[in-house]
Amino acid sequence: MGLGDYLQLAFVQHALIAGGLVAIICGLIGPFVITRRAAFAVHGTAELSFTGAAAGLVVADDAVAGAFIGSIVVAAAIGMLSARERERDSAIGVILAFGLGVGVWLLGKYHGFTNAATNILFGYIFGVSNDQLWLLLGVAGGVLIAMTLLYRPLLFASVDPDVAEARGVRGRMVGLAFLMVLSLTVTAAAQIVGTLLVLSLAITPAAAAQRLSARPAMVTGLSILFALVSSLGGLLASLETPSVKASVWITTISFALYALARVAGARVIVRRRVVAPAPAPA
Amino acid sequence: MLSVTETPARPKQTATVALRGATLRFGARELWAGLDLDVAPGEFVAVLGPNGSGKTSLLKVLLGLQRLTAGSVSVCGRTPRRGSDLVGYVPQQKAFDRDLPLRGRDLVRLGLDGHRWGTALPSRRARARVDRAIESVGATAFADAPLGLLSGGEQQRLRIAQALLGDPRVLLCDEPLLSLDLAHQQATSALIDARRRDAGTSVLFVTHEINPVLPLVDRVLYLVGGRWAIGTPDEVMTSSRLSSLYGTDVDVLRVRGRIVVVGAPDAAHGDPGGSHHHHPVDDDHDDAGERAWA
Repeated sequence: MGLGDYLQLAFVQHALIAGGLVAIICGLIGPFVITRRAAFAVHGTAELSFTGAAAGLVVADDAVAGAFIGSIVVAAAIGMLSARERERDSAIGVILAFGLGVGVWLLGKYHGFTNAATNILFGYIFGVSNDQLWLLLGVAGGVLIAMTLLYRPLLFASVDPDVAEARGVRGRMVGLAFLMVLSLTVTAAAQIVGTLLVLSLAITPAAAAQRLSARPAMVTGLSILFALVSSLGGLLASLETPSVKASVWITTISFALYALARVAGARVIVRRRVVAPAPAPA
Repeated sequence: MLSVTETPARPKQTATVALRGATLRFGARELWAGLDLDVAPGEFVAVLGPNGSGKTSLLKVLLGLQRLTAGSVSVCGRTPRRGSDLVGYVPQQKAFDRDLPLRGRDLVRLGLDGHRWGTALPSRRARARVDRAIESVGATAFADAPLGLLSGGEQQRLRIAQALLGDPRVLLCDEPLLSLDLAHQQATSALIDARRRDAGTSVLFVTHEINPVLPLVDRVLYLVGGRWAIGTPDEVMTSSRLSSLYGTDVDVLRVRGRIVVVGAPDAAHGDPGGSHHHHPVDDDHDDAGERAWA
């Protein structure tokens, strides 16, 4: 079977649509994840979607809905326990440890196929159902709308919190809203690449983009582009290589783009230095 | 309670900042009380005092981020409100990450509409305004470079452009010269001075160190542990005045046009527990300033 034949298949089409949606929202939040130093929040909420999935299975036999509802609970818990920025990582650690314990306990109570919950640890991109695709579309739409509304105050509060506060931005509220968006995005991504590999779509593309530009809009655009190339490229490549899983390809492509950007970016920095001259004496 | 007022009578409507009996308390801790202050257009007021004396909190009151415990405050005749264009704010220089995805121009632009919801659409008018502000502080040459690669002095020029974008009537500066070298201190204070002379913008300038701005200062507001004094530098910066403010012997010396204060305690409060009860934001800020000077 060639690539063209694969593209006729519904499960492949579903995978590509899901992979594209997830890449767009991950690439969109990525630059803010880096600026706000929220990589651990991405990792924590990703792993905790396992607990949400297990809870969903026990309560309603629906891992995906459970994971999304759980992600909101997790974001709210992190937000409440980390009133100060520097408490955030320890709050995430505390919730992560307890939450995974709860997840294991819940999974023990479930008597169906536990694959549905463990799938979310490693991704099950080629098993996306119609319903899941609609849910994903709704989540991606919500994330896009929220990020469009939040963009300016979030950028201000992330790069320059003191002045943002002085100008009237409610940093705490904006931060909590972003945490919700992040948690939803990460949970969506977990279904594609798995919780353990979410960082390859939510951080690596943005990190690569930052090496190449200092324009906020350009960095966001490049980040989305790199995430799309990694996600769709990885899915297509895995169709050609049955022995290598899609998540392996996705992480590999996104890492390769990062490596290339670092090499190219070193030259960009040198050029920028020349652009910024010493200040004229007053 | 010692409140020494030297304020010349000014017509109330021309004052950009007016405080009447202004009092700020955090729990049992009183930062200042009964503060009366009128700031005239174009006036440069240096706000001095030890750590935790409520200098930054005074700015927060004027920014509408902190309510007074008692008394009244107005900026251009109105109650201060979050995000008002009447007030511009220049913070101390800080270290930005080298790879922060933000150019100098973007930082300035955030001062225009960064607090609004939504996404900024490309606008020729907004761009022209940002360009003018950048040009007015002589930052055009490096405005497109990444913020993280700029020197502290270059950053502070952009900070001033950012604060002036809204065309404020009052400029609040919180240690803007901290950690700058002498040449950049002079360049930065010259920009602030030019603005208040050209546009009649009042300046409240919080600082640990009066000397770099001494030639510009019209009046000094000196806060010490609930007590305060206001007047020209010659009136306030004297041994007898500061000794009575601090409640201990303080010597003020004038050496080669510089003012040297000897014997002033570092903290606003003599009581050992006092400094642990004050407002966390103010605490962080003043402590950070202290470390940078140490």
